[in-house]
Amino acid sequence: MKLQFSPEDEQFRAEIAGWLADNLVGEFAQLKFRGGPGDEHMFPEERKAWERKLAEGGWTCVGWPKEVGGRGLSIEQQVIFFEEYARAGAPGRMGHIGEGLAGPTLIAFGSEEQKSKYLPGILSGTEFWCQGYSEPSAGSDLANVKTKARFDEASGKWQINGQKVWTSLAHESEYCFVIARTDPESKAHKGLGFFLIKMDQPGVTVRPIEQITGTSEFNEVFFDDAECAAEDIVGQPGDGWKVAMGLLGFERGVSTLGQQMAFQNELNEVVKLAKDNGAAKDPLIRQRIADAHIGLKIMRYNSLRMLSGGSDGSLQKEALIYKLYWATWHRDLGELAVDILGPEADIMVNAPYELNRLQSLFLFTRSDTIYGGTNQIQRNIIAERGLGMPKELRPV
Amino acid sequence: MDFAFTEEQQMIRDTAAAFLKASSSSAAVRAAMVSDKGFDPALWQSICADMYWQALHIPEQYGGMGLGYVELVAVLEQMGRYLLCAPYMSSVAMATNALLVAGTDAQKALYLPQIIEGKIASLAFNSASRDWDACAVSVTYRRDGNDFILNGNYRYVLDGDNADVMVFAARDEGSVGENGISLFVCPTDLNGIERAALPTMDQTRRQATITVTNLRLDESTVMGDVGKADKHLNKILDLATIALAAEQAGGMQEVLDMSVEYSKSRSQFGRTIAGFQAIKHKAADMMLRGEVARSAVYYAACIADEALNDGPLANELSEAASIAKSHCSEAYFKNAGEALQIHGGVGFTWEYDVHLYFKRAKASEHFLGGSGYHRERVAKMLLD
Ligand SMILES: Cc1cc2nc3c(=O)[nH]c(=O)nc-3n(C[C@H](O)[C@H](O)[C@H](O)COP(=O)(O)OP(=O)(O)OC[C@H]3O[C@@H](n4cnc5c(N)ncnc54)[C@H](O)[C@@H]3O)c2cc1C
Repeated sequence: MKLQFSPEDEQFRAEIAGWLADNLVGEFAQLKFRGGPGDEHMFPEERKAWERKLAEGGWTCVGWPKEVGGRGLSIEQQVIFFEEYARAGAPGRMGHIGEGLAGPTLIAFGSEEQKSKYLPGILSGTEFWCQGYSEPSAGSDLANVKTKARFDEASGKWQINGQKVWTSLAHESEYCFVIARTDPESKAHKGLGFFLIKMDQPGVTVRPIEQITGTSEFNEVFFDDAECAAEDIVGQPGDGWKVAMGLLGFERGVSTLGQQMAFQNELNEVVKLAKDNGAAKDPLIRQRIADAHIGLKIMRYNSLRMLSGGSDGSLQKEALIYKLYWATWHRDLGELAVDILGPEADIMVNAPYELNRLQSLFLFTRSDTIYGGTNQIQRNIIAERGLGMPKELRPV
Repeated sequence: MDFAFTEEQQMIRDTAAAFLKASSSSAAVRAAMVSDKGFDPALWQSICADMYWQALHIPEQYGGMGLGYVELVAVLEQMGRYLLCAPYMSSVAMATNALLVAGTDAQKALYLPQIIEGKIASLAFNSASRDWDACAVSVTYRRDGNDFILNGNYRYVLDGDNADVMVFAARDEGSVGENGISLFVCPTDLNGIERAALPTMDQTRRQATITVTNLRLDESTVMGDVGKADKHLNKILDLATIALAAEQAGGMQEVLDMSVEYSKSRSQFGRTIAGFQAIKHKAADMMLRGEVARSAVYYAACIADEALNDGPLANELSEAASIAKSHCSEAYFKNAGEALQIHGGVGFTWEYDVHLYFKRAKASEHFLGGSGYHRERVAKMLLD
């Protein structure tokens, strides 16, 4: 075990920190610390411009292999990249779904044609993606999707019909990856396909959903005879579940170190507030602040373990617990923030419903324990895959 | 940066696990814990002669193996897992660390080889205080020529009644807080040392009181700076705290394994209780707490190495120790409590081992400071 980074890695740190300091200025200065969780609806156009700026510097898709146009950074340097990115307060990434989910899926499962058609737009920060998984009747039980994909022999295209829900940033995206049923008679995870669908077409309607924060970052997406070219299915009809699940394996947690740096920024704000308003003298608040600090430190050690572990992609125990751990930690931080604000927590910045950062943190972090597998689903997964306990009963 | 065990470290851990699984079985633990000394002298001798565990992190110049704290916690984790009854925490994590941190060359050359050979050593500093740093010291010393005369009463001394060698912390008469602290090392057969075992709820770890009455120690026994050894003592205690947290992490793993295994074998309502979500979710949370504990302990062990070798991260020691101990204390007890619940009625019996862990968890939580104590230490760093 060793904790220090090599001199080359530290030099790399200086390089990225320098680039950010030089470029996060002028029109981009207003984006500092913006666009993160709870703030994702803010400055979309400006943040898209920032994505193009990043791309010019070669700072998008830093973990992708060089062969497909990525920067091919080592795990260590990716860690450093994400840490410095968050430390500089650079804005929440508009491109994270394309870079972190769609791209890696295509790299692993896509055809050559799909790669050359879709990867360049992600790399250049000009095309954005959303994730069309959840449906009204398919939440935790994702395999219960009802959206249908029918191959129309006449036009030689797939026709998609159905409804997706909770689709983050659908209103800002060029494309959506969708799981839909290719075999109408099939049930559960059999008979699904994985489709790459263009959003700007008559068969696709996006309707924003107002969230607990009063803002809208996610949407309902309706497909009414939406078209998808024959070559825009990833893998074969029936492979959809495999492709969708493969995607989960790509999240090895490198970007989570950047997320933690953003958490650190939030915690710093909470600590400062407690010192300023006197809450830091309350023994219970002191305990909770210390607990938050301890929890975040350990989150970092967890990730370092996770990243140092076997590169064979095998599921490690520390990786299994990761989501449950950070989501719960973050939600607790939100509660701590408003408890430190005390009665001020109820007073809005402006009518009708303008939240300050900590109020927004409090509300938005309620979603952390829901999306990407709820805490309960995470516990099922840990018990079943980590401890070999029996699977949940399913009606036959 | 590589935050994973090396192959050699894995081997040390696996060897420890295999050895302890065989030698510190439930029957062995139960026999040792009610024996006179509270441990099995033959096993202790084997640990030193066959496994060299007392020598692990002692530098080679004193006959040790010269390995690091990561190797040490790898072994301690397994000791906690198999509930080893032995004066290891006292001899290695407390007394050896004291010698490494504050001992003179002569003291190290004299005592470290004895510890390596299986002599028992411990550290006495606390006299029924809820503090676990230099402020806990209330035994006093006064100068008499070149000698020091110690008076007072120590409590919670691990293996104090069995120890051959003691490190004593005492304060200059009239001093308060962190001021006036000195450390001494001496054999236990001197006049003026009276020792008595304390019966403990956790029978797997022995504690004692030591009363020193006009104990006369000469200058050769002084460790570190006279009257200014608080920093040494605090460092020793931080190192011991990390060792204890490693044991706690190991115990957490074992109560999880026991519970999962039991839940898979016990049927109610026509299915194994492992299938009930209320049980699965308890187990999942236990695993989370156990993995988190390991991350905290391994990190702290890396920092302990830095502290023992004056590395660049040495100043993180107190924080890393408090992070590990504050997490592990509540987490181990929580896991032990959940284990008892998952076992139902048999968890409440003397026959099943759950209670041994349950009691060890509570005793370990309090010793060297519980979660609240360590969180307040962190809060001070952050807020004051
Ligand atoms: C902010 C936000 C952004 C999102 N973005 C996207 C997106 O971009 N794309 C997308 O596809 N989806 C997205 N989602 C949807 C998200 O993945 C789902 O909300 C999530 O999977 C839970 O599904 P559900 O809301 O239908 O809840 P349900 O599945 O109905 O769950 C309701 C409750 O029942 C519990 N429950 C369900 N099943 C079990 C079980 N087997 N055992 C125990 N308890 C159970 C759950 O834990 C939960 O407490 C987003 C959600 C949020 C909140």
